[in-house]
Amino acid sequence: MHSFGYRANSLLTFAVTILAFMCAIVSFSFSNQTPSAQIQILNINWFQKQPHGNDEVSLTLNITADLQSLFTWNTKQVFAFVAAEYKTSKNSLNQVSLWDAIIPEKEHAKFWIQISNKYRFIDQGYNLRRKDFNLTLHWHVMPKTGKMFADKIVMSGYSLPDAYR
Amino acid sequence: MGWMGETIDSIKSIQIRQLLTQAISLGMIVTSALIIWKALMCVTGSESPVVVVLSGSMEPGFKRGDILFLHMSKDPIRAGEIVVFNVDGRDIPIVHRVIKVHERENTGEVDVLTKGDNNYGDDRLLYAEGQQWLHRHHIMGRAVGFLPYVGWVTIIMTEKPIIKYILIGALGLLVITSKD
Repeated sequence: MHSFGYRANSLLTFAVTILAFMCAIVSFSFSNQTPSAQIQILNINWFQKQPHGNDEVSLTLNITADLQSLFTWNTKQVFAFVAAEYKTSKNSLNQVSLWDAIIPEKEHAKFWIQISNKYRFIDQGYNLRRKDFNLTLHWHVMPKTGKMFADKIVMSGYSLPDAYR
Repeated sequence: MGWMGETIDSIKSIQIRQLLTQAISLGMIVTSALIIWKALMCVTGSESPVVVVLSGSMEPGFKRGDILFLHMSKDPIRAGEIVVFNVDGRDIPIVHRVIKVHERENTGEVDVLTKGDNNYGDDRLLYAEGQQWLHRHHIMGRAVGFLPYVGWVTIIMTEKPIIKYILIGALGLLVITSKD
Protein backbone atom coordinates (compact mmCIF):
# COMPACT_ATOMS: atom_id res chain seq x y z
CA MET A 1 0.00 0.00 0.00
CA HIS A 2 2.93 2.29 0.50
CA SER A 3 5.15 1.04 -2.29
CA PHE A 4 6.53 3.32 -4.96
CA GLY A 5 4.32 1.69 -7.58
CA TYR A 6 1.08 2.47 -5.75
CA ARG A 7 2.06 6.04 -4.98
CA ALA A 8 3.14 6.70 -8.55
CA ASN A 9 -0.11 5.20 -9.83
CA SER A 10 -2.34 7.31 -7.57
CA LEU A 11 -0.37 10.46 -8.35
CA LEU A 12 -0.60 9.88 -12.09
CA THR A 13 -4.34 9.16 -11.98
CA PHE A 14 -4.99 12.26 -9.91
CA ALA A 15 -2.86 14.45 -12.19
CA VAL A 16 -4.58 13.21 -15.35
CA THR A 17 -8.02 13.71 -13.82
CA ILE A 18 -7.25 17.27 -12.79
CA LEU A 19 -5.80 18.02 -16.23
CA ALA A 20 -8.91 16.68 -17.97
CA PHE A 21 -11.12 18.69 -15.61
CA MET A 22 -9.19 21.89 -16.34
CA CYS A 23 -9.38 21.28 -20.08
CA ALA A 24 -13.13 20.91 -19.75
CA ILE A 25 -13.93 23.95 -17.60
CA VAL A 26 -11.90 26.18 -19.90
CA SER A 27 -15.01 26.12 -22.09
CA PHE A 28 -16.94 28.18 -19.58
CA SER A 29 -14.82 31.30 -19.76
CA PHE A 30 -16.41 33.86 -22.05
CA SER A 31 -14.88 37.18 -22.87
CA ASN A 32 -16.50 40.33 -24.12
CA GLN A 33 -17.11 39.77 -27.80
CA THR A 34 -17.91 42.57 -30.21
CA PRO A 35 -17.20 41.47 -33.76
CA SER A 36 -18.30 43.60 -36.69
CA ALA A 37 -18.53 43.14 -40.43
CA GLN A 38 -19.76 44.68 -43.64
CA ILE A 39 -20.25 43.10 -47.02
CA GLN A 40 -20.79 44.88 -50.29
CA ILE A 41 -21.60 43.35 -53.65
CA LEU A 42 -19.38 45.22 -56.06
CA ASN A 43 -20.42 43.49 -59.24
CA ILE A 44 -22.54 40.71 -60.66
CA ASN A 45 -19.99 39.15 -62.98
CA TRP A 46 -22.42 36.87 -64.75
CA PHE A 47 -25.78 35.23 -64.16
CA GLN A 48 -26.74 32.20 -66.26
CA LYS A 49 -28.93 29.15 -66.38
CA GLN A 50 -26.65 26.13 -66.68
CA PRO A 51 -27.27 23.27 -69.13
CA HIS A 52 -28.48 21.02 -66.31
CA GLY A 53 -31.22 23.54 -65.50
CA ASN A 54 -29.87 25.23 -62.38
CA ASP A 55 -29.20 28.94 -62.03
CA GLU A 56 -25.67 30.05 -61.30
CA VAL A 57 -24.37 33.49 -60.46
CA SER A 58 -20.86 34.84 -60.00
CA LEU A 59 -20.35 37.86 -57.74
CA THR A 60 -17.49 40.08 -56.69
CA LEU A 61 -17.71 40.81 -52.97
CA ASN A 62 -16.03 43.40 -50.81
CA ILE A 63 -15.76 42.05 -47.26
CA THR A 64 -14.66 44.16 -44.28
CA ALA A 65 -14.55 42.58 -40.85
CA ASP A 66 -13.08 43.00 -37.40
CA LEU A 67 -13.05 39.72 -35.48
CA GLN A 68 -10.22 40.57 -33.11
CA SER A 69 -12.41 40.47 -30.00
CA LEU A 70 -13.05 36.75 -30.51
CA PHE A 71 -9.46 35.76 -29.83
CA THR A 72 -8.52 34.59 -26.32
CA TRP A 73 -5.54 32.71 -24.92
CA ASN A 74 -7.41 29.50 -25.72
CA THR A 75 -8.14 30.26 -29.36
CA LYS A 76 -6.32 28.18 -31.95
CA GLN A 77 -8.00 29.66 -34.99
CA VAL A 78 -11.19 31.34 -36.12
CA PHE A 79 -12.86 29.94 -39.23
CA ALA A 80 -14.87 32.65 -40.96
CA PHE A 81 -17.15 32.20 -43.94
CA VAL A 82 -19.73 34.17 -45.88
CA ALA A 83 -22.94 32.42 -46.89
CA ALA A 84 -25.86 33.55 -49.00
CA GLU A 85 -29.22 32.59 -47.51
CA TYR A 86 -32.46 32.67 -49.43
CA LYS A 87 -35.83 31.00 -49.76
CA THR A 88 -37.44 29.43 -52.79
CA SER A 89 -40.82 27.82 -53.42
CA LYS A 90 -39.34 24.33 -53.22
CA ASN A 91 -36.84 24.92 -50.41
CA SER A 92 -37.64 26.70 -47.17
CA LEU A 93 -33.97 27.49 -46.61
CA ASN A 94 -30.93 27.53 -48.85
CA GLN A 95 -27.50 28.32 -47.50
CA VAL A 96 -24.65 28.52 -49.98
CA SER A 97 -21.15 29.26 -48.74
CA LEU A 98 -19.44 31.76 -51.02
CA TRP A 99 -16.10 32.31 -49.35
CA ASP A 100 -14.21 31.12 -46.31
CA ALA A 101 -10.92 31.79 -44.60
CA ILE A 102 -8.92 30.50 -41.67
CA ILE A 103 -7.70 33.23 -39.33
CA PRO A 104 -4.85 31.85 -37.25
CA GLU A 105 -3.94 34.96 -35.25
CA LYS A 106 -5.49 38.05 -33.77
CA GLU A 107 -3.43 40.32 -36.04
CA HIS A 108 -5.05 38.84 -39.14
CA ALA A 109 -8.58 39.14 -37.75
CA LYS A 110 -9.14 42.70 -38.90
CA PHE A 111 -9.26 42.56 -42.67
CA TRP A 112 -10.58 43.99 -45.90
CA ILE A 113 -10.78 41.74 -48.93
CA GLN A 114 -12.20 41.99 -52.42
CA ILE A 115 -12.74 38.68 -54.20
CA SER A 116 -15.13 36.82 -56.43
CA ASN A 117 -16.95 33.91 -54.84
CA LYS A 118 -14.68 31.00 -53.99
CA TYR A 119 -17.46 28.43 -54.19
CA ARG A 120 -20.03 28.33 -56.95
CA PHE A 121 -23.37 29.89 -56.16
CA ILE A 122 -25.71 27.33 -57.76
CA ASP A 123 -29.40 27.00 -57.00
CA GLN A 124 -31.47 23.82 -56.99
CA GLY A 125 -33.64 24.97 -59.85
CA TYR A 126 -33.90 28.27 -61.64
CA ASN A 127 -35.34 30.56 -58.99
CA LEU A 128 -32.63 33.16 -58.62
CA ARG A 129 -33.97 35.93 -60.86
CA ARG A 130 -35.08 38.93 -58.80
CA LYS A 131 -34.29 36.92 -55.66
CA ASP A 132 -33.71 38.74 -52.36
CA PHE A 133 -31.12 37.17 -50.15
CA ASN A 134 -29.17 37.70 -46.93
CA LEU A 135 -25.42 37.57 -46.68
CA THR A 136 -24.26 36.23 -43.35
CA LEU A 137 -20.74 36.27 -41.98
CA HIS A 138 -20.34 33.19 -39.76
CA TRP A 139 -17.43 32.53 -37.49
CA HIS A 140 -16.43 29.34 -35.75
CA VAL A 141 -13.99 29.70 -32.87
CA MET A 142 -11.84 26.60 -32.58
CA PRO A 143 -10.08 26.41 -29.21
CA LYS A 144 -6.79 24.85 -28.23
CA THR A 145 -8.89 22.63 -25.99
CA GLY A 146 -12.55 22.41 -25.03
CA LYS A 147 -15.85 23.53 -26.44
CA MET A 148 -16.12 25.18 -29.85
CA PHE A 149 -18.66 27.87 -30.41
CA ALA A 150 -20.02 29.67 -33.42
CA ASP A 151 -22.09 32.74 -34.16
CA LYS A 152 -22.97 34.98 -37.09
CA ILE A 153 -23.91 38.45 -38.31
CA VAL A 154 -26.82 38.60 -40.75
CA MET A 155 -26.88 41.35 -43.34
CA SER A 156 -29.99 41.59 -45.43
CA GLY A 157 -31.12 43.62 -48.34
CA TYR A 158 -29.20 42.10 -51.23
CA SER A 159 -30.90 41.02 -54.42
CA LEU A 160 -30.13 39.53 -57.79
CA PRO A 161 -31.12 41.11 -61.11
CA ASP A 162 -34.32 40.36 -63.02
CA ALA A 163 -32.69 38.86 -66.07
CA TYR A 164 -29.74 36.71 -66.98
CA ARG A 165 -26.61 38.45 -68.15
CA MET B 1 -2.85 -38.87 6.44
CA GLY B 2 -6.17 -37.21 7.00
CA TRP B 3 -4.74 -33.80 7.99
CA MET B 4 -2.35 -33.80 4.99
CA GLY B 5 -5.26 -34.32 2.69
CA GLU B 6 -7.10 -31.50 4.48
CA THR B 7 -4.13 -29.11 4.13
CA ILE B 8 -3.75 -29.85 0.44
CA ASP B 9 -7.47 -29.29 -0.07
CA SER B 10 -7.46 -25.97 1.80
CA ILE B 11 -4.49 -24.68 -0.23
CA LYS B 12 -6.22 -25.66 -3.47
CA SER B 13 -9.48 -23.97 -2.45
CA ILE B 14 -7.76 -20.69 -1.49
CA GLN B 15 -6.05 -20.50 -4.87
CA ILE B 16 -9.27 -21.12 -6.75
CA ARG B 17 -11.12 -18.49 -4.73
CA GLN B 18 -8.37 -15.91 -5.31
CA LEU B 19 -8.36 -16.66 -9.00
CA LEU B 20 -12.11 -16.29 -9.22
CA THR B 21 -12.03 -13.01 -7.30
CA GLN B 22 -9.42 -11.60 -9.62
CA ALA B 23 -11.36 -12.73 -12.65
CA ILE B 24 -14.51 -11.10 -11.31
CA SER B 25 -12.71 -7.79 -10.57
CA LEU B 26 -11.35 -7.75 -14.09
CA GLY B 27 -14.82 -8.42 -15.43
CA MET B 28 -16.20 -5.58 -13.29
CA ILE B 29 -13.66 -3.14 -14.72
CA VAL B 30 -14.44 -4.12 -18.31
CA THR B 31 -18.18 -3.94 -17.65
CA SER B 32 -17.94 -0.49 -16.03
CA ALA B 33 -16.06 0.80 -19.06
CA LEU B 34 -18.80 -0.59 -21.30
CA ILE B 35 -21.51 1.00 -19.15
CA ILE B 36 -19.82 4.40 -19.34
CA TRP B 37 -19.51 4.08 -23.12
CA LYS B 38 -23.16 3.15 -23.59
CA ALA B 39 -24.27 5.92 -21.24
CA LEU B 40 -22.27 8.42 -23.31
CA MET B 41 -24.01 7.11 -26.42
CA CYS B 42 -27.39 7.79 -24.79
CA VAL B 43 -26.50 11.25 -23.51
CA THR B 44 -25.03 12.53 -26.75
CA GLY B 45 -27.59 10.81 -28.98
CA SER B 46 -24.89 9.61 -31.33
CA GLU B 47 -23.68 6.15 -32.18
CA SER B 48 -20.09 7.06 -31.56
CA PRO B 49 -19.83 9.91 -29.08
CA VAL B 50 -16.07 10.21 -29.39
CA VAL B 51 -14.06 9.94 -32.62
CA VAL B 52 -10.38 10.24 -33.44
CA VAL B 53 -9.30 12.50 -36.31
CA LEU B 54 -7.46 10.30 -38.82
CA SER B 55 -6.61 12.61 -41.70
CA GLY B 56 -5.25 16.09 -42.17
CA SER B 57 -8.18 17.41 -44.17
CA MET B 58 -9.33 19.76 -41.41
CA GLU B 59 -5.95 21.25 -40.53
CA PRO B 60 -4.93 23.46 -38.89
CA GLY B 61 -8.07 23.20 -36.80
CA PHE B 62 -8.07 19.44 -36.23
CA LYS B 63 -4.84 17.55 -36.57
CA ARG B 64 -4.38 13.81 -36.89
CA GLY B 65 -4.61 12.32 -33.41
CA ASP B 66 -7.09 14.78 -31.91
CA ILE B 67 -10.26 13.55 -30.25
CA LEU B 68 -13.65 15.06 -31.11
CA PHE B 69 -16.72 14.97 -28.88
CA LEU B 70 -19.91 14.56 -30.85
CA HIS B 71 -23.49 15.45 -30.11
CA MET B 72 -26.55 14.75 -32.22
CA SER B 73 -29.78 16.64 -31.74
CA LYS B 74 -32.93 17.09 -33.78
CA ASP B 75 -31.90 20.68 -34.62
CA PRO B 76 -31.69 21.31 -38.34
CA ILE B 77 -28.32 21.08 -40.01
CA ARG B 78 -26.91 24.49 -40.89
CA ALA B 79 -23.94 25.74 -42.85
CA GLY B 80 -20.72 26.01 -40.88
CA GLU B 81 -21.35 23.07 -38.58
CA ILE B 82 -18.69 20.41 -38.40
CA VAL B 83 -20.41 17.09 -38.94
CA VAL B 84 -19.35 13.48 -38.87
CA PHE B 85 -20.88 11.36 -41.58
CA ASN B 86 -20.75 7.89 -43.05
CA VAL B 87 -20.73 7.34 -46.78
CA ASP B 88 -22.50 4.18 -48.00
CA GLY B 89 -19.85 1.60 -48.67
CA ARG B 90 -17.14 3.15 -46.52
CA ASP B 91 -16.76 2.17 -42.90
CA ILE B 92 -14.58 5.04 -41.70
CA PRO B 93 -16.60 8.15 -40.79
CA ILE B 94 -15.48 11.51 -42.13
CA VAL B 95 -15.37 14.78 -40.20
CA HIS B 96 -15.87 17.84 -42.41
CA ARG B 97 -17.67 21.16 -42.44
CA VAL B 98 -21.06 21.82 -44.07
CA ILE B 99 -20.77 24.42 -46.82
CA LYS B 100 -24.16 24.15 -48.57
CA VAL B 101 -27.64 23.42 -47.23
CA HIS B 102 -30.88 23.10 -49.18
CA GLU B 103 -33.83 22.33 -46.91
CA ARG B 104 -37.18 21.25 -48.38
CA GLU B 105 -40.21 23.28 -47.52
CA ASN B 106 -42.70 20.60 -46.56
CA THR B 107 -40.86 17.51 -45.52
CA GLY B 108 -37.90 19.12 -43.75
CA GLU B 109 -35.55 16.84 -45.64
CA VAL B 110 -32.24 18.43 -46.35
CA ASP B 111 -29.49 18.22 -48.98
CA VAL B 112 -26.07 18.92 -47.54
CA LEU B 113 -22.67 19.40 -49.15
CA THR B 114 -19.50 19.18 -47.08
CA LYS B 115 -15.85 20.09 -47.53
CA GLY B 116 -12.72 19.66 -45.49
CA ASP B 117 -11.20 23.01 -44.51
CA ASN B 118 -7.79 21.99 -45.83
CA ASN B 119 -9.08 20.39 -49.04
CA TYR B 120 -9.22 22.26 -52.30
CA GLY B 121 -12.55 20.91 -53.53
CA ASP B 122 -15.79 19.78 -51.94
CA ASP B 123 -16.55 16.23 -50.86
CA ARG B 124 -18.49 15.07 -53.94
CA LEU B 125 -15.47 12.89 -54.83
CA LEU B 126 -15.83 11.11 -51.50
CA TYR B 127 -19.54 10.44 -51.75
CA ALA B 128 -20.90 7.23 -53.28
CA GLU B 129 -21.17 6.82 -57.04
CA GLY B 130 -23.68 9.32 -58.39
CA GLN B 131 -24.40 10.88 -55.01
CA GLN B 132 -24.43 14.68 -55.07
CA TRP B 133 -25.72 15.46 -51.59
CA LEU B 134 -25.69 14.08 -48.08
CA HIS B 135 -28.97 13.53 -46.23
CA ARG B 136 -29.84 13.58 -42.57
CA HIS B 137 -29.50 9.83 -42.13
CA HIS B 138 -25.87 9.93 -43.25
CA ILE B 139 -24.93 12.30 -40.45
CA MET B 140 -23.90 10.79 -37.13
CA GLY B 141 -23.26 13.87 -35.09
CA ARG B 142 -21.91 17.38 -34.80
CA ALA B 143 -18.51 18.11 -33.30
CA VAL B 144 -18.94 20.23 -30.19
CA GLY B 145 -15.62 19.98 -28.40
CA PHE B 146 -12.18 18.56 -28.74
CA LEU B 147 -9.05 17.41 -26.96
CA PRO B 148 -5.69 17.52 -28.72
CA TYR B 149 -3.22 14.60 -29.03
CA VAL B 150 -5.16 12.11 -26.88
CA GLY B 151 -6.25 10.10 -29.92
CA TRP B 152 -2.70 9.05 -30.84
CA VAL B 153 -3.08 6.06 -28.49
CA THR B 154 -5.91 4.72 -30.66
CA ILE B 155 -4.08 5.43 -33.90
CA ILE B 156 -0.93 3.63 -32.74
CA MET B 157 -2.93 0.65 -31.54
CA THR B 158 -4.80 0.41 -34.83
CA GLU B 159 -1.82 0.80 -37.13
CA LYS B 160 0.61 -1.34 -35.17
CA PRO B 161 -1.57 -4.05 -33.62
CA ILE B 162 1.50 -5.69 -32.04
CA ILE B 163 1.49 -2.89 -29.47
CA LYS B 164 -2.12 -3.72 -28.59
CA TYR B 165 -1.17 -7.34 -27.90
CA ILE B 166 1.86 -6.34 -25.86
CA LEU B 167 -0.26 -3.97 -23.77
CA ILE B 168 -3.01 -6.49 -23.12
CA GLY B 169 -0.42 -9.19 -22.36
CA ALA B 170 1.34 -6.92 -19.86
CA LEU B 171 -1.95 -5.95 -18.19
CA GLY B 172 -2.97 -9.59 -17.96
CA LEU B 173 0.37 -10.50 -16.42
CA LEU B 174 0.01 -7.66 -13.91
CA VAL B 175 -3.42 -8.87 -12.85
CA ILE B 176 -2.33 -12.45 -12.39
CA THR B 177 0.81 -11.66 -10.44
CA SER B 178 -0.61 -8.95 -8.18
CA LYS B 179 -1.18 -10.08 -4.64
CA ASP B 180 -4.57 -8.56 -4.06
